Amino acid sequence: MRLYWEVLRRGFRRYSTYRAATLAGLFTNTVFGFLKAYILLAVYEQRDVVGGFDATDAVTFSFVTQGFFVMLGAGHLELADRIQSGDVVTDLYRPVDLQAWWLAQDLGRIAFQVALRGCVPFLVGSLVFDLDITSDPALIAAFALSALLGIVVSFGHRFLVTLTTFWLLDYRGTSQVATVVTMFFSGMILPIGFFPDWLEALARALPYAAMLQLPVEVLLGKHTGSDLLALLGVQVLWAVLLLAGGRVLLSAASRKLVIQGG
Amino acid sequence: MTAVIELDRVSKDFVVMRKKGRLRRERMTVAAVDDISLRIDTGELVGYIGPNGAGKSTTIKMLTGILVPSSGTVRVVGLDPQRRRVELASRIGVVFGQRTQLWWDLPLIDSFDLLRHVYRVPADRHRANLRRFVDLLELEPFLHSPVRQLSLGQRMRGDLCAALLHDPAILYLDEPTIGLDVVSKARVREFLAQVNRDEGVTILLTTHDLSDVERLCSRLVVIDHGHVIHDGTVAEIKTMFGDTRTVVVDLEEAGPSLVVPGAEVVEVDGPRQWLRFRRSEVTAAEVIAAVVGQARVRDLSIEEPDIEDVVTRIYTSG
Ligand SMILES: Nc1ncnc2c1ncn2[C@@H]1O[C@H](COP(=O)(O)OP(=O)(O)OP(=O)(O)O)[C@@H](O)[C@H]1O
Ligand SMILES: [Mg+2]
Repeated sequence: MRLYWEVLRRGFRRYSTYRAATLAGLFTNTVFGFLKAYILLAVYEQRDVVGGFDATDAVTFSFVTQGFFVMLGAGHLELADRIQSGDVVTDLYRPVDLQAWWLAQDLGRIAFQVALRGCVPFLVGSLVFDLDITSDPALIAAFALSALLGIVVSFGHRFLVTLTTFWLLDYRGTSQVATVVTMFFSGMILPIGFFPDWLEALARALPYAAMLQLPVEVLLGKHTGSDLLALLGVQVLWAVLLLAGGRVLLSAASRKLVIQGG
Repeated sequence: MTAVIELDRVSKDFVVMRKKGRLRRERMTVAAVDDISLRIDTGELVGYIGPNGAGKSTTIKMLTGILVPSSGTVRVVGLDPQRRRVELASRIGVVFGQRTQLWWDLPLIDSFDLLRHVYRVPADRHRANLRRFVDLLELEPFLHSPVRQLSLGQRMRGDLCAALLHDPAILYLDEPTIGLDVVSKARVREFLAQVNRDEGVTILLTTHDLSDVERLCSRLVVIDHGHVIHDGTVAEIKTMFGDTRTVVVDLEEAGPSLVVPGAEVVEVDGPRQWLRFRRSEVTAAEVIAAVVGQARVRDLSIEEPDIEDVVTRIYTSG
C-alpha cells in the first residue's frame, strides 16, 4: 500500500512540473465553460426545465464539468505509449501490480489537476452567472466520494482501452473512438438529460455517466437518500467491473505478450 | 558451482505479417531464439554477443519473465521466470541500454527513493547501498536534477544504480555502454567489474562493443540466428578463430613484396610491409628469419588478432 501511495505522490508531483500546460488548460476550460453556458441558455429561451435541470442548473453544470473535465483523462493512459515503444519492459520486470501502479499514478495526476483546475471555471463563471450548488455538507462529502469513484471508473475504462495496444500495436484509433464516446456519454458535451429519452436511457446504462454526469448531479443536489445510495452503488459496480475486466485482459496479455523493439 | 541461469533447448518464435502483393499479407514465423541451451553459474560475468537480430534481447526478455518461450525451459535462481515473475523480480536487476526505468520528469533521487518501496528494501540498507553506488558511479553532482536533463552517460549510470539498489543476485545488461564516450565506458566497465568481484553479482551482458567483453568477461557466448555458435573464454575464442598473426616489418628501403613460405603479404606501405601467417603452419621466428634473409630490416613487431577481427570472422563464417 505504501508503495502505491508513493507512486500517487509522484504522479502528483510530476504534473506539477508542467505549469504552463496546466495554466493553458485552465484558460481553455474556463472559456469553454462560457461557451457551453451560452449555448444551453439559448435552449431555456423556449423552456423552463429540460431533463430535470432549470437554467441555473444547466449553467452550473457547464462550469462544474469544465472544472472536472480532467477526471476523464484522455482516451488512453501514458502506458499506451510505453507499450507501443516497448518501454513497458521496464514496468514489467519490477515486482509491482501494473494496474495498481498506473491507477496510483493516474489518481496522483488527476488529484493535481482537480486541485488546481477544479474550482477555477466555477469561480470565474460565478462572477457572471448565478451558479448554485448544494450547500448540504453531507452532499458535498457524497460528491467527493462520487467524484473519486468517477475517476476510478474512468481509469478502469482507459486501462482497458490502453491494453488493446498489446494486440493492435497502435492505440491512436481506439483512443480517439474512446475519447469521443466518453465525451458524448459522460455529460461532458451536453448534460445527458438533454438527450432524447431513448438516448438518455442508453447513456445511463453505460459506464460513462458514472465518470462525470452522476458526480455532478450529486453536487447539484439532485439525489438524496436511497436514490443517492443507488447512484453510488452503480458507480461502485462499474468500477469493480472495469477493474476486473482490466485484470483479465492484463493476464491474457502477459501470457501472449509481444514486446516491441530490441 | 551452482547454476543461477539455465536454459534448456529454449526457442522463441515471433509471428509477423509480411506484405505480399498489394493487399495480401502473409503470416511468417521468425525464430528469434532457436534451440539455445546455456548454463551460467553464480558469480560469472558472461558476455552475450552476436550480430544485430541474433536474439540477444529476446533471450534477456525471457530471462526476466517478460516473454514466454515458445518451447524449452528457462530457470533463473531455480524459478520459472514467467510464472514467478514478481517473485523473481526482486532477485534480478535489469538495464536495457536504450530505455530507462527512471522517472523522466522527477529528480534522479526520487526514482531511487521509490525503488526502496518497490522492492521493500529496509531503510538503512537502502541508504547504505545508495551511498556506495552514488560514490562509485559519481552520481552526486546530478542527484537532484530531473532525469530529462541528464546526459546519456549520466542517465545510464543512474539506471545502473537503480538496477542494483535492491541487492539483486543477477544483473542483466542489454547494451549498457551504447552511445557512451570512452571515459564513461571505462567508468561503467570498472563499476561492473567491481560489482561482480566484490558483491558476487552474476552478470549477463550484451554489447556490440567488443572491448567491453575483452576487458570484462571471463566467458563469451556468441549467438547468431538464434543459435549458440560459440561458448568459451575470450582466450579460447581467439585461439580458435584467431589463429592468424601478423608480422609488421619496416625495411631500410621500399622494395617489392617479400616472398616468405607460409606467410602472405597483405599490405605494403612504402618500406613497411604486413605479413600474415597461421600459427599452426609456421612460427613467427621462421617468418622473421625468412624476412631478414631477404632484406635489411630496421624494425619489426608482431600483431595479435584483435577481438573485432575474431568476431567478424565468427559472424561471417557462422
Ligand atoms: N516483437 C517482435 N515481433 C516480431 N519479431 C521480433 C520482435 N522482437 C524481436 N523480433 C525478431 O527477433 C529477432 C531477434 O531480435 P532481438 O531483438 O532479440 O535481437 P538482438 O540480438 O537483441 O539484436 P540487436 O543487436 O540488434 O539488439 C530479430 O529477427 C527480430 O526481428
Ligand atoms: Mg537487442
